[in-house]
Amino acid sequence: MGTSFGRGGATTFQQDLQNADCILIEGSNMAECHPVGFQWVMEAKARGATLVHVDPRYTRTSALADIHVPIRVGTDIAFLGGIVNYVIEHDAYFHDYVVAFTNAPTIVGEEFKDTEDLDGVFSGLDADQRSYDPASWQYEGGPVQAASGQREQEFDEKLREREAQGGGEKRHQPSVAAAGRGESHGSGGASVPASVKRDETLQHPRCVFQIVKRHFSRYTPELVEQVCGIPQELFLKVCRTLTENSGRERTTAMAYAVGWTQHSVGVQYIRTAAILQLLLGNMGRPGGGILALRGHASIQGSTDIPTLYNLLPGYIPMPHAHQDEDLDMFIEGASTEKGYWGGMRSYMVSLLKAWWGPHATEDNDFCFDYLPRLTGSHSTYETVMAQLDGECKGYFVVGENPAVGSANAAMQRLGMANLDWLVVRDFSLIESATWWKDGPEIETGELQTEDIPTEVFFFPAAAHTEKNGSFTNTQRMLQWHHAAVEPAADARSELWFYYHLGRIIREKLAGSTDEMDRPVLELQWDYPTEGAVAEPSAEAVLAEINGWDAEGRPLASYEQLNEDGSTACGCWIYCGVYTTGVNQAARRKPGQEQSWVAPEWGWAWPANRRIIYNRASADREGKPWSERKAYIWWDDEEAKWVGHDVPDFDPAKSPWHRPPAGATGAEALAGDDAFVMQGDGKGWLYVPSGLTDGPLPAHYEPQDSPFPNLVYPHQQRNPVRQVFSRRHNRYHPGPGQPGSEIFPYMLTTYRLTEHHTAGGMSRWLSYLSELQPEMFCEVSPELAAERGLEHNGWATVITARGVIEARVMVTDRVAPLEVQGRMLHQIGLPYHWGPNGYAKGDAANELANISLDPNSHIQEVKAMSGDIRPGRRPRGAARTALVEEYIRRAGITPETGMEVRGGR
Amino acid sequence: MVANPFASLLEHGDPATAAGYVDHPPRMGFFTDTSVCIGCKACEVACKEWNHVPEGGLQFTGMSYDNTVGLGADTWRHVAFIEQRKRVGQQVTGAAADGAAPAESGIRWLMASDVCKHCTHAACLDVCPTGALFRTEFGTVVVQEDVCNGCGYCIPACPYGVIDQRHGDGRAWKCTLCYDRLGVGAEPACAKACPTDSIQFGTLEELHLRADRRLAQLHGAGVSDARLYGRDPDDGVGGDGAFFLLLDEPEVYGLPPDPIVTTRDLPAMWRRVATAAALVAGTVAVSFTRKAP
Amino acid sequence: MNIAQWPVRRQRTTGDVSGRGVAVKSSKTERLTPRIADADEVVKSVCPYCAVGCGQTVFVRDEKVVQIEGDPDSPVSRGRLCPKGSASLQLTTGEARRYEVLHRRPHATDWEVLDLETAMDMVAERVIKTRRETWQWEQDGKRVRRTMGIASLGGATLDNEENYLMKKLYTALGAIQIENQARI
Repeated sequence: MGTSFGRGGATTFQQDLQNADCILIEGSNMAECHPVGFQWVMEAKARGATLVHVDPRYTRTSALADIHVPIRVGTDIAFLGGIVNYVIEHDAYFHDYVVAFTNAPTIVGEEFKDTEDLDGVFSGLDADQRSYDPASWQYEGGPVQAASGQREQEFDEKLREREAQGGGEKRHQPSVAAAGRGESHGSGGASVPASVKRDETLQHPRCVFQIVKRHFSRYTPELVEQVCGIPQELFLKVCRTLTENSGRERTTAMAYAVGWTQHSVGVQYIRTAAILQLLLGNMGRPGGGILALRGHASIQGSTDIPTLYNLLPGYIPMPHAHQDEDLDMFIEGASTEKGYWGGMRSYMVSLLKAWWGPHATEDNDFCFDYLPRLTGSHSTYETVMAQLDGECKGYFVVGENPAVGSANAAMQRLGMANLDWLVVRDFSLIESATWWKDGPEIETGELQTEDIPTEVFFFPAAAHTEKNGSFTNTQRMLQWHHAAVEPAADARSELWFYYHLGRIIREKLAGSTDEMDRPVLELQWDYPTEGAVAEPSAEAVLAEINGWDAEGRPLASYEQLNEDGSTACGCWIYCGVYTTGVNQAARRKPGQEQSWVAPEWGWAWPANRRIIYNRASADREGKPWSERKAYIWWDDEEAKWVGHDVPDFDPAKSPWHRPPAGATGAEALAGDDAFVMQGDGKGWLYVPSGLTDGPLPAHYEPQDSPFPNLVYPHQQRNPVRQVFSRRHNRYHPGPGQPGSEIFPYMLTTYRLTEHHTAGGMSRWLSYLSELQPEMFCEVSPELAAERGLEHNGWATVITARGVIEARVMVTDRVAPLEVQGRMLHQIGLPYHWGPNGYAKGDAANELANISLDPNSHIQEVKAMSGDIRPGRRPRGAARTALVEEYIRRAGITPETGMEVRGGR
Repeated sequence: MVANPFASLLEHGDPATAAGYVDHPPRMGFFTDTSVCIGCKACEVACKEWNHVPEGGLQFTGMSYDNTVGLGADTWRHVAFIEQRKRVGQQVTGAAADGAAPAESGIRWLMASDVCKHCTHAACLDVCPTGALFRTEFGTVVVQEDVCNGCGYCIPACPYGVIDQRHGDGRAWKCTLCYDRLGVGAEPACAKACPTDSIQFGTLEELHLRADRRLAQLHGAGVSDARLYGRDPDDGVGGDGAFFLLLDEPEVYGLPPDPIVTTRDLPAMWRRVATAAALVAGTVAVSFTRKAP
Repeated sequence: MNIAQWPVRRQRTTGDVSGRGVAVKSSKTERLTPRIADADEVVKSVCPYCAVGCGQTVFVRDEKVVQIEGDPDSPVSRGRLCPKGSASLQLTTGEARRYEVLHRRPHATDWEVLDLETAMDMVAERVIKTRRETWQWEQDGKRVRRTMGIASLGGATLDNEENYLMKKLYTALGAIQIENQARI
């Protein structure tokens, strides 16, 4: 999302779904996982909208859909790419929109070579480094700074240029492969060289439109049928439904969730959807857009204010290690000439002022040097490897349950068994807190409790009713929850825990003159506390996140942030949430008393906009594309943008505005640059910068797949996917290789309405446990017959990582598909259970491998091959022996599935 | 004098009036439109949270996604899941652009939230010897837990198999239509939680109108299977206070196709009892008379 | 019992001749007050489960949460909740919650109860020690100013303010392996 449009958040809001004429839900089981949000889909249906659900299983969402399309897991790019091809072939794209608001007319440099030219990979592949050099993907005329995603690529580019111009020593080495890679959730801004060439006739052979057209031309209905197992008739019906419900008068919305992200090529799934929505002209318009449905109360918030290794608040990248880097170099590498990322220096300086206050001065680069630096990817999965290697010794697990909820659960536990100390904060004794005494490895004898050196602390957590604070929901909206009671006994909020931990550490370090302690001792850490337990004031923290000026007055907008250190702001995109000293997130004007947009309920970033890029809801001249879909438009008399929402545009900038030569930042945006964060102000069909695995999506098979890649027969898997061959993380043989037949079925993991993720907030509750009391697997009657599985009986499911047992649910809802001339059986595995709690069961993540999307570092748990057999799994040492037997039978070695280039 | 208990009911057509309420509120009920149910079971949980209904045990049944099996003492709202191999009839909510689109998967998954029907002629009420079961001013039927002695007469009396004795407690329990909440103008917990408004709460009169409109809409969209259940005041229980829109035969959902109040013959019996009583009284009077000096 | 309360008499006086309605209402039934009506305090909240962000209304009586239900004012959820949101009362007040700090010594076979203050002090000591032992000023000749010895997982279930303090403190400590469920 970030790379295509500029910001890493849902582009619309849930209530706006009611305005859609068609809704495509794919990679999401919205009725089950977001039931209350689904009411807006039902509203749309009541108004006559068509609901299309694409999912391997027939779920509770499918039951309410007008069209359900069963799909082979891991093939959504082929399916969506097929629709892109249909849209272009049938001239069904929204021509005026595409020319005005996308980079379709932009000319790409001659150096770029597509998968069409290079047999399934893009130009710039460095097989030794397992990475792409994106230099050849640029627009003609020079590099473009990515709005989000892998800005580090550009950093290298820019510094190379600087060296070329300024001479001097070579200051750094290319670091794309080793560096922490792109972040797909970015909010960003971008610049484009003034000389970008456009051909608005879309005829130039190197214009983006023609490249996209060529790239997707092989995604024919015949190919979709072969790859995805979707009959052509059904596929074409979806194509017609989408195109007939897009254009001036009609809009189609898309909703996805982790069914798209949890793949080794997951970010490109979303990219394909973005291309489609741009071609159909559905972005920035009511009833359109792409709604990312997130699974946790504040998962959007925890990327905006990131507990993520590669980001600082507001999607400012964490600095990477470079020789002698200073703030200037960092800003130059990360900011942009045009668009709102032009303000990077003021965002960064204001953040440093919020953290180090008076200690951050112009003279010391505002304490820029206090920031630790990255030297590669340090995602949670690399951290597990570092634990196993003995490098990472202390671990905080707060409100999360990796021993059940993370891919390859055994590796998670083994990593924790190698720590010096572990802190777990939760409501109950979840598996991540007790694995050392009752985890699966204790049962198999792989670990003995007495041998485990890890010191473990369990702290009881406070509930949402016991603390003040804000969640950012799936539509970028902050909502405040008020404490109703004080937490009992030793239960405490994370706010309390981290504030007091920091306070105690600072007290212990007080007086230290060691340079390494200065960032801790000079940290601004004086929050007022309240109540019997000395709870820090959440509102005081929110005020710091919002920021203040030199006189301590709350800021109203990030446009007020300065580069000179006179403003402080903890998260620039949240600036305005505490404007005038009033907690905007706590606004609760009843929905019935407001317009359907409800702008006075909570506060949405950026600047309380509910549909972003909404400039695109009007044509180039600022008139609504149609009265039916009017949202924001240019009012000639008032000389400003008006409408139902806050314009995502300079309100006084006319549609005909052309920036003066030499303008920078937001000033450089023209009157029809609707995607204001992007370097060229356009929605990106083609991504010249910001992604690690190619400027366009390409279908690659999942890491563990029994099928050859029919789309690119000489490139089986994403060449730059992240793989880790370890003793407990072996991959399956590719199609046609000896042993691949050992794992003939595809497994997919998912959630149920009745439970919550790894179960910490549901498996301990009797009212939820009784609704879905046990781990089960869903199989078709055909598979049940093939493998002798009995409905209501037990099955054992096996991969090269682990073996689990599950009750058997035989159902027509998981239909076998005909793929490449044979029947494929898919097996459904809800992943909520673990050995603790009230409702117990084996964890599906015992089966999952760790192979990651190279942009987001998200694991591939939606598609993996495996085997199933009747009966319960073996106990004790026999459990490990069974996995070892499968590894032996399949001929799996440390090299299996590790190739970069190749067909199989 | 011995009154025919149905007489005033038949006369007034309103169960609350028949139960002696004067100036009572309109009859309240549920309309459960199963065509928009997403099977989330929020109703089951919201009911239990509000009414402190105990958990009913952990049992993987294999009955699709239904693990609470049916209504009982510990399940006052129950969502049924029915998987069908069927090519027609999606759960369309509106008149889709091209009418009701056919199911592509050749399967259909019906979900329906069941509840006590709060019958117009409630047999459980008729047979309750203690007055624990009573008709409220809203026309609903409620067990008073402080009165119920666990005799269990009501259990076989219910034509729907709704009311049930709680294990280890012995008393009879069922949906109260959140009688306590109604008293302060709040809606029942299940209807309030329902994400898609499949469970609608309101005056029975208004719900009837809504249900008739919805049925016409679905029929217009080609969903000929759609039908109302418990809507008809002339059915065997005099119509239900909680009625349903179904997409298949009632039996498919585990509902009796033609429920009849098990105490239907009571009025005639009462008349006979009255006659007998009069006869006895007469005989007694006569005998007294004869004894008179 | 007061003779006026005799059911038979009430049947006559109330007009409930059938003895199924007003005449048999028990005094407990008469006194029924829903706990949403006699709450001391009604607090606005947000559901802690998924990211739909349903509004919740929390009812408090005698400093205890007695009911949680949907907030009809919310333009997103309009008062509705899913089964998980509807189970929020059990989540926050149920028996499964722990309220004491537990400690497992290295190689120990069971937990010991620890008081909160001691536990906080011990964790602070561990952080300081591990940080010192694993501190890096440089890697491959480039300044990094960090520790790779301390990692953190979690945040998506937490408040923005909590994530903010976590990121701020960890960054000042030089810890970079800070992650949350967004990737999981």
